[in-house]
Amino acid sequence: MVRLEEVGLSYGVGRRAPEVLSDLTFSIPEGGFRWLLGPSGAGKSTLLRMLFLGLRPSRGRLSLLGTDVQSAPREDLPRLRRHIGVVFQDFRLLDHLSVYDNVALPLRLAGWSAMQVRDDVTEMLAWVGLSPKMDQRPPLLSGGEQQRAAIARAVVARPALLLADEPTGNLDDAQATRLMGLFIEMNRLGTTVVLATHNTRLVDRFPARSLVLEQGCLVGDA
Amino acid sequence: MLLVAAMVVLAALGVAGGVAAWSLASEWRQGAGSALMIEVPRPDERSGGESRVDRVLALLQTASQVGSDHLLTQDELGTLLRPWLGGDVGALGLELPAMIEVHLAAPDPGDTNVLLTRLNQAAPGTIAEASDDWSARLLALGQSLAACAGVAVVLVLSVAVALVALAASAGLAAQRETIEILHLLGATDGDVAHRFARRLGGLTLVGGVVGALLALPLLLELATLAAPFGVAPAQQVADQPLSMLTTLPPPIWAGLAALPCAAGAIGWLTAQITVRAWLRRFP
Repeated sequence: MVRLEEVGLSYGVGRRAPEVLSDLTFSIPEGGFRWLLGPSGAGKSTLLRMLFLGLRPSRGRLSLLGTDVQSAPREDLPRLRRHIGVVFQDFRLLDHLSVYDNVALPLRLAGWSAMQVRDDVTEMLAWVGLSPKMDQRPPLLSGGEQQRAAIARAVVARPALLLADEPTGNLDDAQATRLMGLFIEMNRLGTTVVLATHNTRLVDRFPARSLVLEQGCLVGDA
Repeated sequence: MLLVAAMVVLAALGVAGGVAAWSLASEWRQGAGSALMIEVPRPDERSGGESRVDRVLALLQTASQVGSDHLLTQDELGTLLRPWLGGDVGALGLELPAMIEVHLAAPDPGDTNVLLTRLNQAAPGTIAEASDDWSARLLALGQSLAACAGVAVVLVLSVAVALVALAASAGLAAQRETIEILHLLGATDGDVAHRFARRLGGLTLVGGVVGALLALPLLLELATLAAPFGVAPAQQVADQPLSMLTTLPPPIWAGLAALPCAAGAIGWLTAQITVRAWLRRFP
């Protein structure tokens, strides 16, 4: 499902370019759940970015959903991305679209019919408690509402791999618990889930295997 | 969109200028090349019961090369000679030649020479004043004007292309975040480029239409002013305002129709190239 072997990432060119991720080797089986932990600047967001194909490794081997990312032609990557749901730390909603249209985007890009899109988006917005705000634009929403819209967009297409960067950072405890329930339910239905967080209380309440990063290196996988 | 409209106005004026210069050059050439002034000395001298001028007129009316002819009256002759002979030409008692203004059916130097030979046989001493020299100069002037207008059109169109592309590119810069998000959600380069190209192409097309509509009254006004020098009689234009529309030559109408399409195509192409170039930076 997700496999990294000796993966390194540097932004510069040449041997002297410092690596922001070094020698990462781990794997997550299909349907696995992992917390991604570590202090700020440890490389959690960079690793997630690599996993949602926003970056390619500088070295090593990365395999996602059975596809070797290194050797895959660029033209094949969009299809792979459609099977990956992402909750960005800064949400990255499109301000000129309504909440409904933001959540519908992944389905429309995947070529779903208008009726299927309407049914699934309406259901998902009800689940995250945004039905009354579906016609509003993201700038008019609170931080928590934007985060819920971002989560709805990430999961609406029932991705095979779900990646989330601080997905509950702007939510109160009740909302965080409810949305963690959504992630766990998706995981139970077969979605592989990787959640990056600083929130140790959340990790304690939902115990699962954790990947721990420090200064770009994997220091724990248990 | 306003910038596109402004560039289309400029391009339309450039195209109109080029077409007008070329048309005027052609008109001048035709007008000058087909006019001939026949001078018949001793016009009233008779032989065989007919005056010399009558023999020349009879021959002109049967000649196939001649489109129309007009014998200048004494008054017209007086007006023509006034700069040299003063106000009352008749009082001088001079025996003036008859002057006949001839318009040839089709300007052809060979045919003109044949006609002159025949006229001289009918009335020896008849001469014709052709306007070959100055019509050639006029033609050269017209062609030079048309060439200058052509260069101006090419320059204006080049600048218009560059500016429309620049405006389109600047507009897209504000959409960079959107483009990246669509890419990360699984849109192909073609999907993203097509969405933006359709939108930008539409905007530049609308800008082009606005520009063409703004240019139209200017061009109609210019065409009305130029009507006395062209094919549409000025009086007809003044009497029937709608006939202004017919004063614009077909190439200018075609140019006005083509410019918005060109602007739309430039916007579309710019978006395709810019968006695809940006997306190539991502995996």
